[in-house]
Amino acid sequence: MKQLIYFLIIFPILFSSCKNSEYQVDRIEGQQIALKDSISENDSISDFIAPYKERITREMDSVLAYAPNNLSKSNGDLNTALGNMMADAVMELSNPVFKSRTGKSIDVVLLNHGGIRSAVNQGEITTGTAFQLMPFENEVVVAELKGEDIRDLITYLIEGQTAHPVSGIELVLNNNNEIVHANIQGKPIEDEKIYYVATNDYLYQGGDNMSFFSKSENVTGLDYKIRNLLIDYFKQKDTIDPVADKRFIRE
Amino acid sequence: MKRRTFLKQTAAAGALAGVGSFGLYSFSPEEKRKHITILHTNDVHSHIEPFEPTDAKFPNQGGVARRYTLINNIRKENPNTLLLDAGDIFQGTPYFNFYGGELEFKLMSKMGYDAATIGNHDFDNGIDGLYAQLPHAHFQFLSANYDFSNTVMDGQSKPYKVFTKDGIKIGVFGLGIELEGLVGKKLFKETQYLDPVEIATDTVRVLKEEENCHLVICLSHLGYHYRNEKISDLKLAGLTKDIDLIVGGHTHTFLDRPTVTKNSEGKNMLINQVGWAGLNLGRIDFYLDDSGKSSAEGTTILV
Repeated sequence: MKQLIYFLIIFPILFSSCKNSEYQVDRIEGQQIALKDSISENDSISDFIAPYKERITREMDSVLAYAPNNLSKSNGDLNTALGNMMADAVMELSNPVFKSRTGKSIDVVLLNHGGIRSAVNQGEITTGTAFQLMPFENEVVVAELKGEDIRDLITYLIEGQTAHPVSGIELVLNNNNEIVHANIQGKPIEDEKIYYVATNDYLYQGGDNMSFFSKSENVTGLDYKIRNLLIDYFKQKDTIDPVADKRFIRE
Repeated sequence: MKRRTFLKQTAAAGALAGVGSFGLYSFSPEEKRKHITILHTNDVHSHIEPFEPTDAKFPNQGGVARRYTLINNIRKENPNTLLLDAGDIFQGTPYFNFYGGELEFKLMSKMGYDAATIGNHDFDNGIDGLYAQLPHAHFQFLSANYDFSNTVMDGQSKPYKVFTKDGIKIGVFGLGIELEGLVGKKLFKETQYLDPVEIATDTVRVLKEEENCHLVICLSHLGYHYRNEKISDLKLAGLTKDIDLIVGGHTHTFLDRPTVTKNSEGKNMLINQVGWAGLNLGRIDFYLDDSGKSSAEGTTILV
């Protein structure tokens, strides 16, 4: 009984004191602390990372091919050696996968210039090179586009005046940026024909303002990451020495 | 109406904040003054190691091992500290490509992260890839506006969590960005994006009225600001009330100092975001008292 009385008395006091503790903010200080190299590294963290790092380093450093020249996406006006290599690699390695799944062939490859994430230095090409070129997880998809929609793709290239990596296309402009000729697989574009355009899933979904892909009614995903494709391409080639050519030029 | 004073940062004020400005502000120890520290990161993007010494922009900067040293020092100074992340933990270095986020989560757990929200890149290995790494995450995922009911993530994240530090109740809730158009549907699957303003309004009411929180913090991956109409942290701030701090992410925004902005009631509040890649740690210190002084004299904000 005594206990019960205590309870009855104490409880309301606790309750009310709780209600009364109206803590309010009276001062706020905000700052940003830069993680400069003057801050020492915590050993337990460094030690924990070490085995993970070791495996990555071993794999990243494995040599796949050789580049006799430096390759940069800024070396060129409307097409670059590096971009051509990437688009041609997608054409060469995606086509067998696409053929086996659909019985059709890829006509065009279109990637984006912004998607080339690094340069390739003269010397050994490693797995790390592929990760630097393509750190993202994007996969190859093949979109069906009618010839008339391919014209929107061509317009996109002309308006962009950017060396977006292409393959399977020849686009020659005059000094007024008018089309001199525009061929797909060596032939003029036919409005009613269906063309198969390989790109990545990001661009297919309208990335980099490639809105013309929204006209594509059918798309085939190849479950093939661009990065893995590049690794496979480097493994197949001894030497990677692409050149800027005449696929997209202004006369 | 509370009168709030606002000290704009000057070189002198910034320097004072660095050396600890306690001495200048006298308060008697018998006042039961409370001090809560919020530490935060955003868009770390698998940057476990510092940038290479040869990096053009950030040579030798960042790195988890350094961040932990700093966090430990701050916790020694004030044990009443929360450590939060505003999403995009995944993607950006081979650590993610090789281990799928395992190391990121393990390290965050070792460092004692309390909560994180989910960024768009955290879906990069699909919602199943995120789910697969959850056993390594010993901290709470918070998202109030992603409805995961029809996905594997159902029940794995919470809309909010209330942390109690030194008797102060801190309500933290999470907000994610619209995934449609940003992340492939086959990655986020049946995740439903709900309107962040409506959800924030409801959640904050619960935190204030039902959970009786003293502080409310929004962990947001909406982005700091957009030129178009897209919802952002700055917009959210002006459309809601009772949020003390928005810890933001997504836009990789480097701010010179935390942004002081007004909520829908015209009260000052803070938004902070610390760039990306673990280059910086954000630190917000809240001082609270129960003497009624703050109602009378207003809140001082020093940024």
